[in-house]
Amino acid sequence: MRKLMKYLSGYRKESVLAPLFKLLEAFFELLVPLVMASIIDRGINVNGTGGADTGHIWRMGLCLLALAVVGLVSSITAQFFAAKAAVGFSAGLRQALFDHIQGLDFTNIDKAGTSTMITRMTSDVNQIQSGVNLVLRLFLRSPIIVFGAMIMAFTIDVKSALVFVVAIPLLAVVVFGIMVWTMPLYKKVQANLDRVLGVTRENLTGVRVIRAFHQEEVEEGRFRGFTKALADSQIFVGKISAVMNPVTYVIVNGAIIALIYIGAVQVNIGNLSQGEVVAIINYMSQILVELVKLANLIITVTKALACADRVAGVFEIQNGNWMSEAETGSASDGALQATVPFLQFEHVSLTYAGAGAETLHDIDFTVNKGETIGVIGGTGSGKSSLVNLIPGFYPVTGGSLRLEGRDIRQIPEDELRSRVGMVPQKAVLFKGTIRSNLQWGKPDATEEEMWQAIDTAQAREVVEGKKSSGNHGGLDAEIAQNGKNLSGGQRQRLTIARALVRKPQILILDDSASALDYATDARLRTAIRQLEGGTTTFIVSQRASSIRHADKIIVLDDGEMAGIGTHDELLKSCEVYREIYFSQYPEERLNRREAVR
Amino acid sequence: MAADKESKKEKGRPGQMAAMGRVLNYIRRYWLMVGFSLILAAVTVVLTLYVPILTGDAVDLLLGEGAVDFSAVFGLMKKIGIAMAVTALAQWVMNTCNNHITYHVVKDIREDAFEKLEKLPLKYLDAHSYGDIVSRVVADVDTFADGLLMGFTQLFTGVLTIIGTLIFMLATNVPIALVVVCITPVSFLVARFIATRTYSMFKLQSEIRGEQTSLIEETIGNQKVVKAFSREAAVKSQFGEINGRLQGCSLKAIFFSSITNPATRFVNSLVYAGVGIFGAFVAIRGGISVGRLSCFLSYANQYTKPFNEISGVVTELQNALACAARIFELIEEEPQVPDADNAKVLTNARGNVALENVYFSYVPERKLIQDFNLTVKPGQRVAIVGPTGCGKTTVINLLMRFYDVDSGRILVDGTDIRDITRGSLRTGYGMVLQETWLRSGTIRDNIRMGKPEATEEEVLQSAKAAHAHSFIKRLPQGYDTMITEDGGSLSQGQKQLLCIARVMLCLPPMLILDEATSSIDTRTEMRIQNAFAKMMEGRTSFIVAHRLSTIQEADIILVMKDGNIIEQGNHESLLAKKGFYSTLYHSQFEG
Repeated sequence: MRKLMKYLSGYRKESVLAPLFKLLEAFFELLVPLVMASIIDRGINVNGTGGADTGHIWRMGLCLLALAVVGLVSSITAQFFAAKAAVGFSAGLRQALFDHIQGLDFTNIDKAGTSTMITRMTSDVNQIQSGVNLVLRLFLRSPIIVFGAMIMAFTIDVKSALVFVVAIPLLAVVVFGIMVWTMPLYKKVQANLDRVLGVTRENLTGVRVIRAFHQEEVEEGRFRGFTKALADSQIFVGKISAVMNPVTYVIVNGAIIALIYIGAVQVNIGNLSQGEVVAIINYMSQILVELVKLANLIITVTKALACADRVAGVFEIQNGNWMSEAETGSASDGALQATVPFLQFEHVSLTYAGAGAETLHDIDFTVNKGETIGVIGGTGSGKSSLVNLIPGFYPVTGGSLRLEGRDIRQIPEDELRSRVGMVPQKAVLFKGTIRSNLQWGKPDATEEEMWQAIDTAQAREVVEGKKSSGNHGGLDAEIAQNGKNLSGGQRQRLTIARALVRKPQILILDDSASALDYATDARLRTAIRQLEGGTTTFIVSQRASSIRHADKIIVLDDGEMAGIGTHDELLKSCEVYREIYFSQYPEERLNRREAVR
Repeated sequence: MAADKESKKEKGRPGQMAAMGRVLNYIRRYWLMVGFSLILAAVTVVLTLYVPILTGDAVDLLLGEGAVDFSAVFGLMKKIGIAMAVTALAQWVMNTCNNHITYHVVKDIREDAFEKLEKLPLKYLDAHSYGDIVSRVVADVDTFADGLLMGFTQLFTGVLTIIGTLIFMLATNVPIALVVVCITPVSFLVARFIATRTYSMFKLQSEIRGEQTSLIEETIGNQKVVKAFSREAAVKSQFGEINGRLQGCSLKAIFFSSITNPATRFVNSLVYAGVGIFGAFVAIRGGISVGRLSCFLSYANQYTKPFNEISGVVTELQNALACAARIFELIEEEPQVPDADNAKVLTNARGNVALENVYFSYVPERKLIQDFNLTVKPGQRVAIVGPTGCGKTTVINLLMRFYDVDSGRILVDGTDIRDITRGSLRTGYGMVLQETWLRSGTIRDNIRMGKPEATEEEVLQSAKAAHAHSFIKRLPQGYDTMITEDGGSLSQGQKQLLCIARVMLCLPPMLILDEATSSIDTRTEMRIQNAFAKMMEGRTSFIVAHRLSTIQEADIILVMKDGNIIEQGNHESLLAKKGFYSTLYHSQFEG
């Protein structure tokens, strides 16, 4: 929680004023009995001389009204400041959390689960907000009234006041003990909530498969299991929290019994008057009233603290600082720019964080500007890992990767990524319009640039097809969340256009034409080759036809390079490539054999 | 202005009342426990009101020096002790009961919502953002739980304390009690006035929260794409905009709802002042003793305090009901047409599939499939080809009855599929989709999904047939490896192999392969094709593929374009036709 306090600092004024006005209100409340006493003593004046003073009753009555109004005003003021601080705090926290997640690197993104991030950003932050709001309103008031009552007791009778000295620490132990005990339990509750959210999400994303396998009932059973675990944990922690009120009640009333006994003895000796005993007992009851309020607050605060811990956990995820790990010597290599290749993989290897084995091993090749590089290989051979190194998504763990002679670990992330256009395997579009999605590639892209990219990506018919479907046509056609209103192939073409809009120096197509038919795929590749400005293109594919015309084809097998060269060279020299190629074009194997003969 | 206010009130109230009615329906299941809780609340209240009287009696015994009746004091102390112990116990049991009721009601609501999710037509799910639905099932229900719990614990005792004190007050002095009774309804009016106004603000707040959750879901779920395009800043500012709106709206909602407390407290002060002044005049005329008056004042205080609590509860409940309304909206959503009572259960289908005059479109203004006719005999292979976006996946949506046809009909073994139970129709098909989806759980559980009773031997066999066995073996825990959300560390291809193994295990009479091998390398694919070929023997199968080599052997090839079947025949006859298919076929050798 302490770590999160800084988000309150922008509302320092509000977080001081809120409790202050609350105190003011409490103070005015405490004055009321005094005014009433005055009404009784001077107004009614049963035994005194001079009889009743009705004028005084009216004056004091007005005084009570005035106190009520002042109390109302200061209380509303306190509520306003508390609400403002709490809401401002949570808004700041949520934004910071979101910003932090945006800053995480790929290794950390792999680690963090989406569902738990979502609950932390929504449900947890909301809990913290209620906590802060309540603390500002009540947390200061309660201790002050508790200790104030004790001090008042001391002014009346020291012996009786000693009961307070015993009771108050006892109450503190109970209140804080329960808080400490339940906090981890509330964390468990939130974790169970994560699980409920996880299943819900899973069932939305996998709805087709679930229904195809007629798994609706199984999933319902699974969901029931999770909600049961959640309810059980909630009920368990609730049982403990529910102890707080009764126990404080017992302590306070026990103290009252003790006060009656001490009072009885003291009165019997003549040390204390009946009225004074009443006053002391009243102070003890006042503590009880305050503690009941506090107990309700404690539950909210405990929950908020548990949630704060979870949120702070997100902030603790820190990126590894691999940017600086690169040897500094490489900077001077920049001077040799004329002779260095555009992109150079020097004995590159990659081991993912937490993985036991290397995913890529000793990858070594160079790429000249404007070349088209095909990457082919079996499932899990490391094709995607290889291209993910280029925009620096994952740090190279062995060897080095240089762009124009500079180690990419030395190139600022923004610069590197602006030079690379990436089309990922999973075609994802975002809620908005086609235009807003294309602007991801280049925020200030002109209409013309967009259409150019769309044409190259063979997506014109997608964009124009959207025109007929609604009144917002063309670039302003709506895209639903995750691009759900488009087919897989349509999404892929738009993601390609998105990468092309920025006119990247390096374009990476990570198996991103898999949903395109051959004809479209071929047209796409032709169009990309014709791009001006010498775009260096990496095409990762399963299809030999997609890469056979590349300047260089890299054949990967189980994380290692099984061969590099042109189509013809590889057909001669590379066994793995031959196998892949002929599996797709069996008839050519025959032709080739005949040709050899 | 007044009319405007009136109409707003009208709008807010029915939704709230309806939501309240639904909540009460859920609570009704626990009526025994609710009754028990009510009894305990009554015990607690009576005893808490009784203890001060005992204390007062004890104080009355402390007359002065040497005049204390210790045995009587001890007797009262014992009574206080017993009352205290009983109260504490009753309180704890009551709270535990309330917890139990609340969390079970919440559990029930969540389960109903989830059950509805499983029954909603895909049309609904495809058209709504997942984030919003998730936020309803999780965050809204959670807020609702908090409100309901507070309502339970405080509303009972609050109301009972009011009734209890009222009786004590009326027993002491009727006229002064009437003053209290006359002023307190103001408290309720104020609370209600504020509540109706804050309800709409809380509803707006949940709406903005839903919007924000959608954005979080979308961006954090696709964080890698965001980073690849260096869009962090843009996404942040988009988030900031929604966050700003949420802040403004939350501030209003929270502030206005929190006015309730001070406002009712103000009414309390009025009551106190009223009792004070009126009581003072009654006392002057000798109608009440000073002691009685001060006793009255303290009771007046006790009497009005629950009003504060109740109004606090009311605002909490407002918020809770606004959230409940959103979740009930989901629960009350029209489910898919249920299976007819006399619907046939499809067993051992032979695999006759026929489509007759089928018309279908997702949106009425955009025609898609028109007058589609097709007859497939058992064991035939049907390949569907065509450019992207031509409606291949739509055909599958119709065959699996994810969507219902607009007109015409689809028959399996001569029965309209709308007269067959969905479950049996769908399990009659084995489906492998391009988009792989695995459930979080072990690899074994995923393979066994369609046939939970499968033996270990069968699981291994199907994994081997799908060529998934070798990579599974290499995983740290083999078949017991847990797959996390979204498949986690598995590659797209590996996930697809698991999906294939899943179908290989069930061996249903009909197959649908929608780009089933798109993410698998061709060498592995070749081997899988053999397994597929074996599997397809005697089974009616529908295959969507781009690789024309995989569909050359199909009995029927449907060539689709813009939702229509433009050509139909086998490989040779279509090539001979020199139409669209032959262009498509030859294009794969160009490029």
